[in-house]
Amino acid sequence: MADHPKHNYTGLLGWVEDRFPLMETWNYHLAQYYAPRNFNIWYYFGSLAILVLVFQIFSGLFLAFHYKPDAALAFNSVEYIMRDVPGGWFIRYMHSTGASFFFIVVYLHMFRALIYGSYKGKRELLWLIGMTIYLALMATAFMGYLLPWGQMSLWGAQVIINLFNTIPFIGEQLSVWLRGDFVLSDATLNRFFALHFFIPVIVLPALVFVHMVALHAVGSNNPDGIEIKQGPKGNRWSPDAPKDGIPFFPYYIVKDVFGVGVFLFVFFAVLFFAPEMGGFFLEPPNFEPANALKTPLHIAPVWYFTPFYTILRSIPDPWYGTVGMFSAIILLFLLPWIDKNPIKSWRYRNASHMANLLLFAIVFLILGWMGTKSVEPLYKELGTRMTQIYFLFFVVLGIHSRPFANSQPSNVLGILIAVVLGLLVWIGSGFLSFGGIFAGIVVGLAFALIFMLGNFIAKQYFGKNGVKARYAAWFFILLGLIIFYDVYFRFVPSDTTATVQMLLQLIWPVVYLGVTLLLPALSPSVNAEKPVPERVTE
Amino acid sequence: MKKFISGMLLALSAAVLPVSGVLASTGVELPPVKANIHDKQSLQRGAKYFVNYCMGCHSLGSSRYNRVAQDLGLSPEQVKDNFIFTRDDDGELQKPGDLMTNAMRKKYGEAVFGVAPPDLSLSGRLRGETWIYHYLKSFYADRTRPFGVNNTVFPNAGMPHVLWELQGLQRLEVKEEHGHKTETLVLDQPGKLSPAKYDEVVMDLTNFLVYVGEPSKLSRPTIGIFVLIFLVIFTAVAYLLKKEYWKDVH
Repeated sequence: MADHPKHNYTGLLGWVEDRFPLMETWNYHLAQYYAPRNFNIWYYFGSLAILVLVFQIFSGLFLAFHYKPDAALAFNSVEYIMRDVPGGWFIRYMHSTGASFFFIVVYLHMFRALIYGSYKGKRELLWLIGMTIYLALMATAFMGYLLPWGQMSLWGAQVIINLFNTIPFIGEQLSVWLRGDFVLSDATLNRFFALHFFIPVIVLPALVFVHMVALHAVGSNNPDGIEIKQGPKGNRWSPDAPKDGIPFFPYYIVKDVFGVGVFLFVFFAVLFFAPEMGGFFLEPPNFEPANALKTPLHIAPVWYFTPFYTILRSIPDPWYGTVGMFSAIILLFLLPWIDKNPIKSWRYRNASHMANLLLFAIVFLILGWMGTKSVEPLYKELGTRMTQIYFLFFVVLGIHSRPFANSQPSNVLGILIAVVLGLLVWIGSGFLSFGGIFAGIVVGLAFALIFMLGNFIAKQYFGKNGVKARYAAWFFILLGLIIFYDVYFRFVPSDTTATVQMLLQLIWPVVYLGVTLLLPALSPSVNAEKPVPERVTE
Repeated sequence: MKKFISGMLLALSAAVLPVSGVLASTGVELPPVKANIHDKQSLQRGAKYFVNYCMGCHSLGSSRYNRVAQDLGLSPEQVKDNFIFTRDDDGELQKPGDLMTNAMRKKYGEAVFGVAPPDLSLSGRLRGETWIYHYLKSFYADRTRPFGVNNTVFPNAGMPHVLWELQGLQRLEVKEEHGHKTETLVLDQPGKLSPAKYDEVVMDLTNFLVYVGEPSKLSRPTIGIFVLIFLVIFTAVAYLLKKEYWKDVH
């Protein structure tokens, strides 16, 4: 074991330092942790997420003093907190408002990582840990929402747990195991309460700790996406620290305190003046006690789950809907391996990449909005189109990853994917049935044909310029696949309303692919990257 | 361009914000009603009407008599004398500190009304002021229903028109013009109160139920203002502190 480094601390601090790396830790993580000096507003959300976590843990602790995890008592115990416990309403609103703000802050924190490429440069593990935190957060929020035992608590949880039913072979047993009963009941409520305490109090802080350790080992990214550790050395605090770094303490601590002030203003404005936030933070139907015999007309999860809920609903088959919903999250884990462009920040990437990220954010918001709406032809189609664009985003991100690659996608690769896809469809739609084999062949053939056709058209019209032809080929291929999906899986000849909507709203993927792929194929300036400066800019 | 953007934002926000209008079950939008929980006299009257007309069937199981008394500016004695009619298991009248329950058993309620009359502690938050106000005004005579009345806001409600003596009895008039159906309620048999007075009673009840839904709302915004004022000062100081420290960096 390495020796404890020598120190000059005297008195009590010296006594402690001899026995425990107190100041060593303080210095490593705060006073001598050099963060880039050009953090902007996006860099507030990490520390704010920690603040909200602390809010949630402590408000949750006080709620647990009075809450009763029992199907017969839970609903009334919440009202007991709201009325009879001194200050109970404040603690409860801290917790319910905090839950929504946790997701607001975390979504902004994640989008920051997307625009500045913070998952790159040996930060893959940091990103994976962060995504795991996001998963744990979703699990926690999902289980916490059952606890008030209102109508939406019960039926929202019912919908999600029933998703596990759709898993082939083990689904039934798995969902019984999760519920602890054959129906969602007192047993479920009891274990969800235990887990809702265990995950955020043990698992989340541990993950956050690992997230911080990983961050401080690599160093923070910044809006310019420049590694300050590789730049010149020496600043006014230390001769061998990065020139563009400043000590986290006190500079970023005081800055974050200011950020906390602004954040709390918004937070408490909601808490004191609109704790229900127009039905988004607290849903009115949840003020009715859970009743397993009375299905609500319209079941909507809380806003932070609605984007994924829309993805689930836009795929009619329950099992593939579930797969779609979970892969929407899994794909986010893979970002560092999809986007391999060496330039981190969107400031210096091409304009189409910037457009891709902005459109992704807008699509995510529309997906969330659709999840709060009841299923009508217009909204159903809009949700489906946005789901398609959500998944296209990852493909386009990969294409933008190599903006100057000058070869069209290889047909051999296309045929290989077609074969794999065909096999998957075959297995998925019945291994031993004739229909299954037929579906597999149709999908595989169609995929291969669309791939080659897209390549062919691109070669015809953009053939001289490899870079342009590559973008154009991908545009035609992806658009072709969307249209094939619509025709083969979604088109119902008898449903005229749906068909009209499908045709009208084809405009969304066309516009999306047009902006991100056809535009750089037509105009080189859209594809141009800017030179990354040597040092961080103000 | 600016106009276009602000127009788009307006259109978007109109689409995104949840619809504030409350629909009757028939799909007709009800004219919005604003409850005033700071009108203490209205709340007191509302509480009186509630215990006299509603509480025989509908409990306020999350609310306590003495809390209501305190919030409405009544003494415990006044509450004892005017509000408490329920007896506990020993046959004693309830205490001011008790929850505002009633003697209606769930099974009995189901047998008589088909559905047990729900607890109304949270009806102000579940249904909202607009719904409650219009519901109480929308009973009409209907011989096909067990209690002889139906309701346009909540069709086939299981409840009799408890306030009929006050309001009188209404009749539903359906007119069909150019395939467009209009439903109007006409007062057939006047009650003890004029329609305007009855509206006041209903408003008092609505105010009371909205108050009972969330008693903390009485003080919440006031505390909020002080918290926000503090945060403005705190943030201003934090900003100056940050500026001072960051002189080293710039």
